[in-house]
Amino acid sequence: MSTEGTYYVPEQSKLPIFAATGMGVMAYGAASWVMEGGTASIFLVGSLIMAAVLYKWWSIVIDENMRGLASPQLKHSYVLGMLWFIFSEVMFFACFFGALFYVRVLVNSWIGGEAAVGWFDDTPTDAAAANAQLLWPGYETAWPPMITPDQAVNGEAAQFKGPDEAMNNPGILKWASWLPFWNTVVLLTSSATVHIAHVALKDGNRKKFNRWLGITVALGIFFLFLQAEEYIHAYQELGLTLESGIYGTTFFMLTGFHGMHVTLGTAMLLIQWLRGLKGHFNQDDQFGFEAASWYWHFVDVVWVGLFIFVYILT
Amino acid sequence: MAHGPATLADGWGKYISRWVFTTNHKDIGTLYLWFSFAMFIMGGAFAMIIRAELFQPGMQLIKPEFFNQMTTMHGLVMVFGAIMPAFVGLANWLIPMMIGAPDMALPRMNNLSFWILPFAFAILTSTLFMEGGGPNFGWTFYAPLSTTYAPDTVNYFIFGVHIMGASSIMGSINIIATVMNMRAPGMTYMKMPLFVWTWVITAFLLVAVMPVLAGAVTMMLMDINFGTSFFDAAGGGDPVLFQHVFWFFGHPEVYIIILPAFGVVSQIIPTFSRKPLFGYSSMVYATAAIAFLSFVVWAHHMFTVGMPIAGELYFMYATMLIAVPTGVKVFNWITTMYRGSLTFETPMLFSIAFVILFTFGGFTGMMLSIAAADMQYHDTYFVVAHFHYVMVAGAVFSGTAAVYYWLPKWCGKMYNETMGKVQFWIAFIGFNITFMPQHFLGLAGMPRRYADYGLQFADWNMVSSIGAFMYGGAQILFLFNVIRTIGWGKPTDDPQVWEGAEGLEWTLPTPAPYHTFATPPEVK
Repeated sequence: MSTEGTYYVPEQSKLPIFAATGMGVMAYGAASWVMEGGTASIFLVGSLIMAAVLYKWWSIVIDENMRGLASPQLKHSYVLGMLWFIFSEVMFFACFFGALFYVRVLVNSWIGGEAAVGWFDDTPTDAAAANAQLLWPGYETAWPPMITPDQAVNGEAAQFKGPDEAMNNPGILKWASWLPFWNTVVLLTSSATVHIAHVALKDGNRKKFNRWLGITVALGIFFLFLQAEEYIHAYQELGLTLESGIYGTTFFMLTGFHGMHVTLGTAMLLIQWLRGLKGHFNQDDQFGFEAASWYWHFVDVVWVGLFIFVYILT
Repeated sequence: MAHGPATLADGWGKYISRWVFTTNHKDIGTLYLWFSFAMFIMGGAFAMIIRAELFQPGMQLIKPEFFNQMTTMHGLVMVFGAIMPAFVGLANWLIPMMIGAPDMALPRMNNLSFWILPFAFAILTSTLFMEGGGPNFGWTFYAPLSTTYAPDTVNYFIFGVHIMGASSIMGSINIIATVMNMRAPGMTYMKMPLFVWTWVITAFLLVAVMPVLAGAVTMMLMDINFGTSFFDAAGGGDPVLFQHVFWFFGHPEVYIIILPAFGVVSQIIPTFSRKPLFGYSSMVYATAAIAFLSFVVWAHHMFTVGMPIAGELYFMYATMLIAVPTGVKVFNWITTMYRGSLTFETPMLFSIAFVILFTFGGFTGMMLSIAAADMQYHDTYFVVAHFHYVMVAGAVFSGTAAVYYWLPKWCGKMYNETMGKVQFWIAFIGFNITFMPQHFLGLAGMPRRYADYGLQFADWNMVSSIGAFMYGGAQILFLFNVIRTIGWGKPTDDPQVWEGAEGLEWTLPTPAPYHTFATPPEVK
């Protein structure tokens, strides 16, 4: 509900048109980059414009807040903006999780000639088998599929080849030597440390805030390091790549997008940490940090979903 | 805040920078509306090319490859460039004035949401002039047509969709934040005008499904350029997966298009019936119910793709359920008019035509929802006729009604009523001549998206093309009437404008001042 005429409406701004230009140049540049013989140059120009605009934009918003222009009502608009942005991110991941479930539960059975989930799929098994025999003879339903349907038919000539080894769950007793488990530990811990930092800030204990937020950023970077290790391991030792059929596709797209979001979240928290060192925030005004921490909890929850559905249940 | 906006009298530089740097919801609303009209004309020109080619059987004017690009671009431009921005423009203009807010909640982001669009559509249309041509795989861009067999320019299409989606998400977040946070004291949720209600629900749908569209085009991008196999069964994926992901976005998308249209009509019909809207709260609940159902019916677009019977049955029954809340709405509009003292100004004519023709399109939708019957209708002109009844007679008619209804409030000048009515009748008759015969063509088996057809379809195609040119002509008249009103219309300063109009926007002076409700009004 509105309070008396205090809502700050900025008069004119050059930020949006530069941001839109940056996005337009980035989009055009990205498309020409992936084309045959394309280069990244236009895309990089767009990224630079975008980075400069974002820096400027947030500087202005922080400055407005410090000058007391941001009423409680305006701050609530920012809160709503961030929450609904996170909701849109939830739906983005839902899309890729949905693709994983659809492929694992239904498509994988159909290509291998089995009826999928009994009550849902009433295709008689012999009919399903006949279809599969016609289209992809020799493919056997399995998750992770180590041999793609293409390989089952074409052998060595196949365009899509399965991985040599998958990122399998070694069983709970061996988790101590399993990288994804430690990734989970690192990320869950970082969610706790960011919460400790938040409580410290609310108590007015700035030293504690700086320390625990610093630890959170370090854990975020450590997670990214472990994730890079895992990718190197997958590419070099397991023969598991983005091109390893649908398993490699879903594995790298899900963990890759999550990794990109962790990178973004770490950058957000790092900026809040630097702001904290500069003396920004106080006991009741800390939205920039809170927004980043909500984002951090969100990437953490996504990871739990990944850990269960991509790593454990194989 | 004290001085007014720059006008042409202040010089071109100041005038242009007013529009480019603006944070004013009315300016941004105007930009959206003009942009969408420009896109409407462009998409309409593509439609004219399609209908000209289909005027007679055989290939006369263009090559089949170009025909495919035209059907694709017509769909994309009309859906994402014309209809959606038109309603965002109306939302920008009207929501703050309807709920007593000084502006949108996040004014700078509001301007960004708009200015992304010209870039996105410049990228999209530039592909028409590139080697290999523009997108030619239909506006639904099914894989593998849009992946394995797509022209190279598909990458421009993909990134264009990405930034366009970012624009939609930001615009929607802004609308949600405005409605949740900026209502004047006393403006409770259940006192909000129905247009605001339908838009906030639409915005929720957009935030939920635009990221899914982004996911779909990202999967395409990876399949095309980076060797993944989302949509390739050889690698263990499935082309049908594309359809599931696309329609999970696409079905809510059609409600994103029609819900604000419902809102507009729910504002206009009470005004010209001089009665309050019948069943306000049931309208709100029906809108929410439609929005919920829109998430769980997507595969009714895919009945012929080979789903298990259980899936076909579920999606069939769930789809039919949508007729219930939609029926509530139609019932309420008609009951609002019942025993009202009706007058038939141009906005009312378009609104009544909306109710009749949208209901007609709804009924053909019911026919299509029957899975067994859809085996016959699928991918025929019957489908084309169905969705043009809801998209054109639904969304476009209501958008036209909205412009006539609020234009006097926006610019303080009356449009020419006679010209408006003439436009209405040409549009109404032209529309029906265009699309009614397409039902017959579809039932007789003419497939959609083909550049040529069998001789047995020749007569009705010619009729349809004549109607299309008529309908196109009506839009030129519309443009002329709007420009004439803004430039030379009869000035009016009656805040009410329409005798029966109710709502906060009609308490403001006419024309609406640049800044309104700097201090929120008290709503009783």
